[in-house]
Amino acid sequence: MLLIKNGRVLDPATKTDAALDVLLDGDRISKIGANLAAQGAEIFDAKGLIVAPGFIDLHCHLREPGQEMSETIETGTRSAARGGFTAVCCMPNTQPVNDNASVTRGIVERATAAGAVRVWPIGAASMGSKGEALAEISAMKAAGIVAVSDDGKPIANARLMRQVMEYCNSLGLPVIDHCEDPSLFAGGVMREGPHSLRLGLQGIPAQSESICVGRDVEVAMLTEARLHIAHMSTRGSLAYVRVAKKQGLRVTCEVTPHHFTLTDEDVRYDSHYKMNPPLASRADRDALIGGLADGSVDAIATDHAPHHAASKDVEFDRAPFGITGFETAFPLGLTVLVDSGKLSLTRLIELFTTGPAGVLGIERKIAPGEPADLTIFSTSHEWIFRAAESPSKSQNSPFDGRGFRGAAMATIVAGRVAFRR
Amino acid sequence: MLGIETLSSEQIAFILDQSKPFQEFQRHPLKKLATLRGKTVAVAFFEPSTRTRISFTTAASRLGADTMALQAESSSLKKGESLIDTVRTLEAMRPDGIVIRHSSSGAPEFVAERLEIPVLNAGDGTHEHPTQALLDALTIRDRKGKLEGLNVTILGDILHSRVARSNINLLSKMGARVTLCGPAMWLPRDLAFLAPNLRLTHRIEEALEGAEVVMVLRVQTERIHEPSLAPDEYIAGYQLTPARLQLARPGALVLHPGPIVRGLEIDSAVADGPQSGVLEQVTNGLAVRMALLYHLIGGASADAPHPAKDRTNASD
Repeated sequence: MLLIKNGRVLDPATKTDAALDVLLDGDRISKIGANLAAQGAEIFDAKGLIVAPGFIDLHCHLREPGQEMSETIETGTRSAARGGFTAVCCMPNTQPVNDNASVTRGIVERATAAGAVRVWPIGAASMGSKGEALAEISAMKAAGIVAVSDDGKPIANARLMRQVMEYCNSLGLPVIDHCEDPSLFAGGVMREGPHSLRLGLQGIPAQSESICVGRDVEVAMLTEARLHIAHMSTRGSLAYVRVAKKQGLRVTCEVTPHHFTLTDEDVRYDSHYKMNPPLASRADRDALIGGLADGSVDAIATDHAPHHAASKDVEFDRAPFGITGFETAFPLGLTVLVDSGKLSLTRLIELFTTGPAGVLGIERKIAPGEPADLTIFSTSHEWIFRAAESPSKSQNSPFDGRGFRGAAMATIVAGRVAFRR
Repeated sequence: MLGIETLSSEQIAFILDQSKPFQEFQRHPLKKLATLRGKTVAVAFFEPSTRTRISFTTAASRLGADTMALQAESSSLKKGESLIDTVRTLEAMRPDGIVIRHSSSGAPEFVAERLEIPVLNAGDGTHEHPTQALLDALTIRDRKGKLEGLNVTILGDILHSRVARSNINLLSKMGARVTLCGPAMWLPRDLAFLAPNLRLTHRIEEALEGAEVVMVLRVQTERIHEPSLAPDEYIAGYQLTPARLQLARPGALVLHPGPIVRGLEIDSAVADGPQSGVLEQVTNGLAVRMALLYHLIGGASADAPHPAKDRTNASD
């Protein structure tokens, strides 16, 4: 038993914000109340800290199997635990692609053996994520996937998208799309605009994303399926999502910390500023923050994309897309969104807990009988993020050396302390 | 020396002034100085080039420096070596500076952040080609006596042109009035943000009216990612012909960074005509590059060099 004492319990799901103790028994929450006592329980003193439901990351890359030089399930989940995440959804673009049950089972087994936090695999929508034939979605669901996606590539063919949505709807799975029009993307490396012109870097127009979001919303209208827009980065995309929500469609979306923090003005000839979707204009960034505040955006997701140093230490246009993100995600939320007064702390917690849970069709709350997954954080702890000190195998972060106020102080997964600062 | 964008107008004027003695020097019968004797310049071209490479190599040699050349076609890059490993290998041979041409925008800056020796950008992707803009400015100043207040029109594929970017930066900083003209897909509206007071137009007649300098860009077929314009369409809309040149101020100077595709972006009669400064540009390229190498590698003070005093016997 683990008794968390003296903390402030902040749970958007149960609308709790009070000084309460939480007793964990095994892998479940047993009791919530004031001044709890339990014979023989280990005590966790959470004085001055906030106790929230365990954070969920809807979007990450753990690189196993196949790219263990950049990350493994073990190193990635240890980094996730430091960031306060109790569960992470890993994208299927591994080698081989997670497009069948045996790969899914391999990931689940490895996560059970070596994972610091829960790993919920996302299966490929199409075989090899090639956008041609449906993957073995039903078998993968039986093996443990929580959603499907061809992340990294859009599902370019609308008819295939329709089939994926219809099939996933019947299986109760959300379809996550990486929205991008390949012909407009056209080999671009950053957002098209004054800054891409100044740097002489091939631009990707914002519409490359929003055109695809618009199409997906139309297909969601046709199929009535659950559609989730991954790493949304433009106000045009946000407008389509708002229309869809207004019409009652089951359309959700996520925004990454780097897209609400940085803009295309920050891009330098440093591949730590290269990700896909690229950093957006200031107007887009501000619109995304508006969406995070008003509920149009459902979740903050990291898109943690580790790449080993040698692959990133190259010319900007030759570097792979992506940055790491587990350990800076919530601190960026506190600094950029809450400290600036744009979001309440409760809203930020929603975006890491009930929001992503809702996308997956599950609940996440602090209540008796619920899984004992908790994130205990400080809003005042001052620290500096050092990529070299991260358990992740990769250090490709533009936030290396940045100072933060607030961080996860302990991450509890299934009643065990997975990380303690 | 990575780009014009970060230079001040004073620094630009200084480089141009410093290029003057080297310009005169090109007319001397014995073209060899001892200024950089014992120094070595690495000339690393990761992208095919003839004129810029020869110009830099010649500039270094006329200053008395030795050069070590790397060319993409024959280099270890073909064997999969990364840029950073290649330039670190070159640096280990202890050159005093490195000149880099690369197809990736920002490659010289990437290299400069990781090496100790001075880096000179000889053209990077679609970003900058600073020595081209400086030699263009020198040519304009010689012919027109000034840069400030001049009407300069840059004509062609602005989007993919590093020459255009460096010239836009330089000319704007020096107070020229710059007009950009080209087909719509090569002239994105956001180009207007590159510098203050830029004028953009798709109509060549409008662009040429009142122009005192016309810079014709090469149509860069190797950098075009989108479906390109049919050559006949380009010729009909944007080729600089004798008739169109009549729209500019009398005696307007015509420049072209080369290599020229005759009959595409420029009519031969214009390229070879009295208003063309094309060959002066080539000679001035040597002067500008000598001045830059002298200052970057020679570790010189602000004093102007004295070619006459420094000149050595050609057999030296």
